[in-house]
Amino acid sequence: MDLYLPIANLSVNALVIVALGFGVGLLSGMFGVGGGFLTTPLLIVYGIPPTVAAASATTQVTGASVSGALAHLRRGGVDMKMGAVLVAGGLLGSLAGAWLFRVLQRIGQIDTVIGVLYVLLLGYVGTLMARDGIRSLVASRRGEQPAPSRRKHHRLVAALPMRWRFYGSGLYISPVAPLLVGFFVGVLTILLGVGGGFVMIPAMLYILGMATRVVVGTSLFQILFVTAAATLVHALTTQAVDIVLAVLLLVGSVTGAQIGAKLALRLKPDMLRLMLAFLVLVVAIRIGLGLGWRPDEIYTVQPS
Amino acid sequence: MRALLLLLLTPLLMAQGSPRLVPDVSQRSIDIIYSFTGAQLLVFGAILYPGGRVPDSPADVVVVLKGPTESITVREKQKVAGIWVNADSARFRSAPTFYAVASSRPLDQIVDERTAAIYELGINSLQLSPTTAGTPGEAVRFENGLVDLRRRGGLYVEDARPVEISDDVLYRARIDVPARVVVGRYTAETFLIQDGRVVAAAVREIVIRKSGFERFVAAAANQHALLYGLVAVGVSLLLGWMAGALFRRG
Repeated sequence: MDLYLPIANLSVNALVIVALGFGVGLLSGMFGVGGGFLTTPLLIVYGIPPTVAAASATTQVTGASVSGALAHLRRGGVDMKMGAVLVAGGLLGSLAGAWLFRVLQRIGQIDTVIGVLYVLLLGYVGTLMARDGIRSLVASRRGEQPAPSRRKHHRLVAALPMRWRFYGSGLYISPVAPLLVGFFVGVLTILLGVGGGFVMIPAMLYILGMATRVVVGTSLFQILFVTAAATLVHALTTQAVDIVLAVLLLVGSVTGAQIGAKLALRLKPDMLRLMLAFLVLVVAIRIGLGLGWRPDEIYTVQPS
Repeated sequence: MRALLLLLLTPLLMAQGSPRLVPDVSQRSIDIIYSFTGAQLLVFGAILYPGGRVPDSPADVVVVLKGPTESITVREKQKVAGIWVNADSARFRSAPTFYAVASSRPLDQIVDERTAAIYELGINSLQLSPTTAGTPGEAVRFENGLVDLRRRGGLYVEDARPVEISDDVLYRARIDVPARVVVGRYTAETFLIQDGRVVAAAVREIVIRKSGFERFVAAAANQHALLYGLVAVGVSLLLGWMAGALFRRG
C-alpha cells in the first residue's frame, strides 16, 4: 500500500511504517521508553531524509508517552515541581538544539554528530544498565537480597547554590541541577528525535538521586512536554514534520505500546532491564559500525 | 540563454523552408496525490518537412525533459580518524533537479560534443556552473559524484528508451517521472537534428505540483508553520490518549 509523504517528498509503503511503529511501540510499552532512539535510525535506513525522520519521530514520541504519563499522574508518580523545572530546562534546550541543528546542517556535519552522539549515549547507558541488570540477577540467583541502593545525589549537585525542596522526589537540592539535565535532554530531543528517557532516567537516579517511585512518571511528564515543544520548534524552523508519516507511526506505536505494557507484567523487572540494555547496546554497535563502514553514498546533495 | 539562442535562430529556421516541429505532451500538468508513485510522460509530435518531402537522410529527434534548476552544495565523505565524515564540498549554481533525455539514435552518433554542450544534450553535457574555487579536476570529481548519485536515484536519465519515429514524420518518446521528483515547472524540449546541427527546436511546459490533501499539507507546513505544529502535537496527543483509553476499558 503505497502512500506519498507530502513533506518527505517520497512514496513509502504505509504498512511497513505502521509495522515499524508497532514494533517500536511494543518495545516502548515493555520497557517504558519512548522509542525515539529506535524510530529515527530505522526511518533513516528506510530512506526517509534524516531531518524529516528526527522531526516526525519527535511527534510520535509525544503520542507514545501520553497514556503512560497520564497513568503515572493518576497514581501520583509525578513530582510536579521537579517536572516543571525539567520541562523549563527542556524548553531552553530545545531552542538551543534548534540553533545547533542549523549550524551543523550548514557546515554539513549534522549526520556525523547524530551518529556519534547515538553511539556514545547508547553505549554508555546500555553498559550501565547491563552492569546493574547482571549484578542484581546474579544476586537474586544466589538468593541474596539485592543490596539496597544508597540513594544519594552526585557530589557536584550538592555544590550548587540555592536549594529547593522537592517533596515528591525526596530531595533538597539546587534547581540548577535538574534544569541542566532538562536542558541537555532538550538538546538531544531536537538533534536526535528522541524523548531522551534513556538518558534522563539514569541522570535522575545517579546524578540527582531522585526517589525511584517518581522517576519514570516524572521522566514521561518531561518527555511529553518537551517533545511537543520540539515538534513545534521543528515545524517553525526546519519545517520537516511530516504529519502523514507521524500519524502512520502513531497508529502503530500507540497500539504496540498498550500491548507491550501488558506483556511487561509477565516478565521479571531485572530480565526486562537486561533485555533493554541488550537492545540499546545492539543499536549502539550497529550505528558505530555504520560510521566506520564505507557509506553507500559518498556524495550528498543539499540545497544552498 | 537558450531562449535567446532560439530567438536568434528563429529567422534562420523560418527561411529556406527548414523543417518545423509540432510538439505536444500527454499531460500539461502532473498532480502528485497520496497514491503517487511516479508517472509516465509521453512527449510526441510531428516533423513538418518543407513541401512534405522527407529528405534522403531523415533527421534525428532528441527529447529532453528538465526540472527546475537549483543552487546546491555537494558534499563528499572521507574517512577521517576511522569514521566517514563530510570533508570536502563544492557548490553548483544551476543543477537541474530532474533531467531525462531520449534520442532516436545514441546521442554521440547524432551530435558532436560542442553542439551537445550548447544545447545541454546528454547528462555529461549539463552546464552545472560550479562556483567553488578549486582545480578543474576537483569540479569534475564532484560533478561526476552528483551525476552518479542522481542517475542511480532515477533523477538523471539517459537513453532509457529511444525516441520512436514512424513514417519519418511522427515521433514519440516516453519518459518516466519517478516519485521523488521536485515540484515546479518542467520543460519538455524537442530538438530536430540533421547532419549534426540542430535545425528545429520546440518547447512545451509541464507543471508538476502537489494536489489535494498533499498540496494542503505542504502549504500548511510552509505558510502556517505554528498552526501546523500545533495540529501535529494535537493529533499525537489525541491518538496516544485514545489508545490508552480504549485498552484500559478492554
